Amino acid sequence: MTVSDNSQAVPNSTAEAQSGAMARPGRFREFWSYFSENTGAVVGLVIFLAFILIAAFADVLAPHSPTEQFRQALLQPPVWQEGGTSEFLLGTDAIGRDLLSRLIHGARYSFFIGIIVVVIAAGSGVFIGLVAGFARGWVDTLIMRLMDILLAFPSLLLALVMVAILGPSLINAMIAIAIVLQPHYVRLTRAAVLQELPKDYVTSARVVGASRLRLMFVTVLPNCLAPIIVQAALSFSTAILDAAALGFLGLGAQPPTPEWGTMLADSREFVLRAWWVVTFPGLAILINVLAINLMGDGLRDALDPKLKRS
Amino acid sequence: MDNTLIEARGLSRHYDVSSGLFGKTATVKALSNASFSLQAGRTLAVVGESGCGKSTLARVVTMIEQPSSGELTLDGHHIRSDEPLTAAQQADLRASVQIVFQDPFGSLNPRQTIGRILEEPVLINRPQVSRAEREQQAREMLAMVGLRPEHYDRYPHMFSGGQRQRIAVARALMLDPRILVLDEPVSALDLSIQSQILNLLVELQERLNLAYLFISHDLSVVRHMADDVMVMYLGRVVEKGAASEVFDTPRHPYTRALLSATPVADPTREQTRIRLEGELPSPLNPPAGCAFNPRCWKAEERCRQSAPELDTQEAHPVACYFPL
Repeated sequence: MTVSDNSQAVPNSTAEAQSGAMARPGRFREFWSYFSENTGAVVGLVIFLAFILIAAFADVLAPHSPTEQFRQALLQPPVWQEGGTSEFLLGTDAIGRDLLSRLIHGARYSFFIGIIVVVIAAGSGVFIGLVAGFARGWVDTLIMRLMDILLAFPSLLLALVMVAILGPSLINAMIAIAIVLQPHYVRLTRAAVLQELPKDYVTSARVVGASRLRLMFVTVLPNCLAPIIVQAALSFSTAILDAAALGFLGLGAQPPTPEWGTMLADSREFVLRAWWVVTFPGLAILINVLAINLMGDGLRDALDPKLKRS
Repeated sequence: MDNTLIEARGLSRHYDVSSGLFGKTATVKALSNASFSLQAGRTLAVVGESGCGKSTLARVVTMIEQPSSGELTLDGHHIRSDEPLTAAQQADLRASVQIVFQDPFGSLNPRQTIGRILEEPVLINRPQVSRAEREQQAREMLAMVGLRPEHYDRYPHMFSGGQRQRIAVARALMLDPRILVLDEPVSALDLSIQSQILNLLVELQERLNLAYLFISHDLSVVRHMADDVMVMYLGRVVEKGAASEVFDTPRHPYTRALLSATPVADPTREQTRIRLEGELPSPLNPPAGCAFNPRCWKAEERCRQSAPELDTQEAHPVACYFPL
């Protein structure tokens, strides 16, 4: 009679007896053991951390000032190509600024953009989505139709219109991108909330008297986080890409800011003559975005307890 | 000494259902005119097939939903359909009525450790209890339901169905309730584990003098657990009485049919199974007269005209014109 109930517990208890003296591994160790199984995610994380370090210590790492113009070395090729010098490792751009230094300082802008945009978009999106999912009725309908309208515009076009209204600057571009990205969070959160709400654990939290705010943020929200985290990681890279696109169109960061998209835009007329001026900023964007996406995937796998083994 | 914990008089719960954008709204009488009482230390079983209003009854008694009409007295508090409870009354009642759900896989928050799940009711309802004390209570409760202290830090997905149901029972008991509503607490479990959980429930009832409102469709489980039985059909109580009487001498044709459908572990016993014709009618459109008349072999013209009432004065009342 006791067979099946205890069948799982018995091997557990022996394992427990062996490791009884050892402390239970901390939350972070547990997370790491799952995360590190995914090689791609670890590579992504390493690259991401490298970019963060580069951004943090840009002043130390960069050999030159990002805006200083070396008039004697215009469009100088990278060091390994004929005509390159070790002073400018990745060459210089059309007005003689060191490309490597500009890329290193550009990392700062990329993270700044990514973090601010994701925080604004995810914060407001998750909150609005929770409200829509819990309120139902006309509040829900109103919010969702508004979000549908936002989603009906091509995202870059909508961002362009907003920047055109607010005026071109990096801050305005970030606000515009955040508004464009935020409906995705609203929809994701609301869908997840609607999926969780009828479950018995929510009802039992109600029966013990959890307030509405507690239900929203303590009971339901943690169970909706997995898709939101993935969306956050993916939109971190989307934000960097969109900001680069707006910069490329002249509506984002303004020259001489060493933002990667703006750098691309500044040098597009030299594509055929000096390949390095477009290739390196483009590569920087590509690697950064790819690393973040890989890491986002791994994060989801590691954070979702349903994917864990017991 | 009167230790009646639940007293229900004419309890009803109706839902308004709209059919499409321009459709008429219809009323579903999920529960109508139920009257019963439950004393401390006793078990009242509610039986019936799916859709007969058992779970609605559970939701009304645990105050997840307000009754549409009728009176409900829970542990001395009167709940009326027309006046919502004040927050203080609700808090009082929460401590005295708790519920255990059917599916132990859905009733535990997968993001919380067992410790947090158990402590949450105390955290919300008794914020003055210190953290250490709360943990102490949770650990004691774990031991009481037959789990080990090291389970405190684990997540629900690490447990089997039977263990999860123990956790669900433990959570329900954290506020020291006097009434426990058990909404099919074992029907999602394996047969061997069912008996363990049932034994645990019986043991807890004796120790804590709990009143159980035991909802089930499994009559063999009910026979094992119940002191009193209430048979429901399409939102109405059709028969009520002491478990032994209802099982030995069923008076309503529906009860008789239900009992004959329970398998008996005796191959030599003669099969006297009563087969009911047709389906459970839609509660949106119940038949005129007695709700059971289209499927009843004893139905006569009178049953199609008016619905028989349950005479609550009797010891073993039945809502039928032609009781067996």
